[in-house]
Amino acid sequence: MTKSDAMIEFRDVHKYYGDYHALRGITGTIRPGEFFSLLGPSGCGKTTLLRTIAGFEDISSGAVLVDGRDMAGVPANKRPTNMVFQSYAIFPHLSVEENVGFGLRRDPRSKEEKARAVGEALEMVGLKGYGKRAAHALSGGQRQRVALARALILKPKVLLLDEPLSALDKKMREQMQVELIRLQRQVGITFILVTHDQEEALVMSDRIAVMFEGEIAQLADPETLYRRPNSRKVADFIGTMNFLPAKVLEEGAGSVEIEAAGFGRIHVEASQVMGGATAEGATVGFRPETLTILYEGSAATDRESMATIEEVVYFGDMTYYDVKIDGTEMPVRISMRNVFGRPVLDRGARARVGWSPGALVLFR
Amino acid sequence: MRSPVFRGYAVAYLIFLYAPIILLPLFAFNDSKVIAFPLQGFTTAWFVEMWQDTTLWNAVRNSLTISVSVAVISTLLGLFAARSSTRFNFPAKAGIMGLIMLPMVLPEMILAMALLVVLLAVGIELSLLTIILGHVLICTPFAVAILSSAFQSLDRSLEEAAYDLGETPLSTFWLIILPLVMPGIISSLLICFTISLDEFIIAYFLGGTDTVLSVYIYGQFRFPAKVPAVMALGTVLVLLSIALLATAEYFRRRGIAKAGGKDTGGFL
Repeated sequence: MTKSDAMIEFRDVHKYYGDYHALRGITGTIRPGEFFSLLGPSGCGKTTLLRTIAGFEDISSGAVLVDGRDMAGVPANKRPTNMVFQSYAIFPHLSVEENVGFGLRRDPRSKEEKARAVGEALEMVGLKGYGKRAAHALSGGQRQRVALARALILKPKVLLLDEPLSALDKKMREQMQVELIRLQRQVGITFILVTHDQEEALVMSDRIAVMFEGEIAQLADPETLYRRPNSRKVADFIGTMNFLPAKVLEEGAGSVEIEAAGFGRIHVEASQVMGGATAEGATVGFRPETLTILYEGSAATDRESMATIEEVVYFGDMTYYDVKIDGTEMPVRISMRNVFGRPVLDRGARARVGWSPGALVLFR
Repeated sequence: MRSPVFRGYAVAYLIFLYAPIILLPLFAFNDSKVIAFPLQGFTTAWFVEMWQDTTLWNAVRNSLTISVSVAVISTLLGLFAARSSTRFNFPAKAGIMGLIMLPMVLPEMILAMALLVVLLAVGIELSLLTIILGHVLICTPFAVAILSSAFQSLDRSLEEAAYDLGETPLSTFWLIILPLVMPGIISSLLICFTISLDEFIIAYFLGGTDTVLSVYIYGQFRFPAKVPAVMALGTVLVLLSIALLATAEYFRRRGIAKAGGKDTGGFL
């Protein structure tokens, strides 16, 4: 891989805390200018991995490269990366502008130039005129912005964000998501975000690495991750997926014939076949929105199954139906947009469920 | 607090605690050599007498030398111990910290005797230095206790943020950690100073020919004629204590306001 293709490169990174194996052979690259997310449940090693880039954690073996340079032995204060901490780590005894300008202390530029840089950084994060305020008098969202300005003023090659939005309320969080994306496009710096919120990762990232137990389970763009999760575990972690048992009937070149109760024989392309079989054998996965309840005059779908509606959950813009397809044991979830003129069905009603073989994923 | 019984108890408690102290200025200004009611009239003669007593000034100078040295040395040692115990893990940490804290509960009498025996055996002459040695031993645990809580409330990512922004461990300590634990340092200095200033047993045992304030006052009480002047001295000391306490409280509150924390009641 040439230098320009990888801003960050992990080469078989292992990390042990005593006997605990926190990172189990991480390999992968993060591209320059990319908004990259490390996504996973707590304890999966995502924050540890981020901290190996920053230089706060030594790795037990392997290599971490930043912009083609091996970071082994390079201390945190000499790395071309800056971090926004989960707690924001705003220095409470300094003013906003002293916080933002903290990293410029060793900068040879003149006082006036530094002051201008601080002003620009504050303006960039929407805190123009807040420079003289005491840092401890700021709200959560404002602290977040100060932390961003403080890290970005050094023009790092990589900005590391450790769950920066987890302390904000829902509205503020959504607003900051949009602002972070805007900011990232504006400055063009590689952003690496650690989050346990799959929605946040999908919304913000160019690419996502899903991590479980110290390993990267899948590294892909959000759409691939959502449509073609490479294991049941990933599929389960990102969004909702219905799983149905299936039987492999025939394996051809580039495709598989399977049979699933209630769905009949299905022709599955090789690109839809993933690993991750369970003890029960192969499993078919459908996202709730790839199944449709067919009304009179609905456009025809590739295939149809008959079903009984067991549960109706009304969300205003959406309705979630749990339906039992004839011949199956477990109900599947279907999400339907409540477009104008489409009635919400009652519990116990019979319905036609439309689907398409191309939408499913086969785990085996 | 609504019940009259509780209110009576609280009032009685406060009187018991502070009435004797109020007697100090009362007799310090009383125009009589005898410490007894009724009061005989107003005079400032005892203050003049106190002021002109050169042995007293000598004792004050000795005490201040000791207390300031002890406050600085104990706080410095406390700083090292508190920092390493809150940030690093090392073998036998609990045991080592336990041994550092032990003099806090060890009877001073035993400590003073043991030190005296050792110093005499080694052949070190008793002086202000030996008192400082003994006082550092009993003050350091207090410094460690105060500073540990200051370090513990410090968010570790503040340090990491400073490294991340290009500072070295040393400059981070100077720019971030030290200012944020400063209220703790000031508290520690004041507490150690106060403990050392009125400590008697070690000062008496290890003092040699140099008299310190506490030992001097004890000595004066044997001569009834000297007692009113001691009362005057006591009055001055009470006023100084109040001033010191107020200063400490001011710095503590300012520290909390600076760090944006909530006031949860002071150490003092």
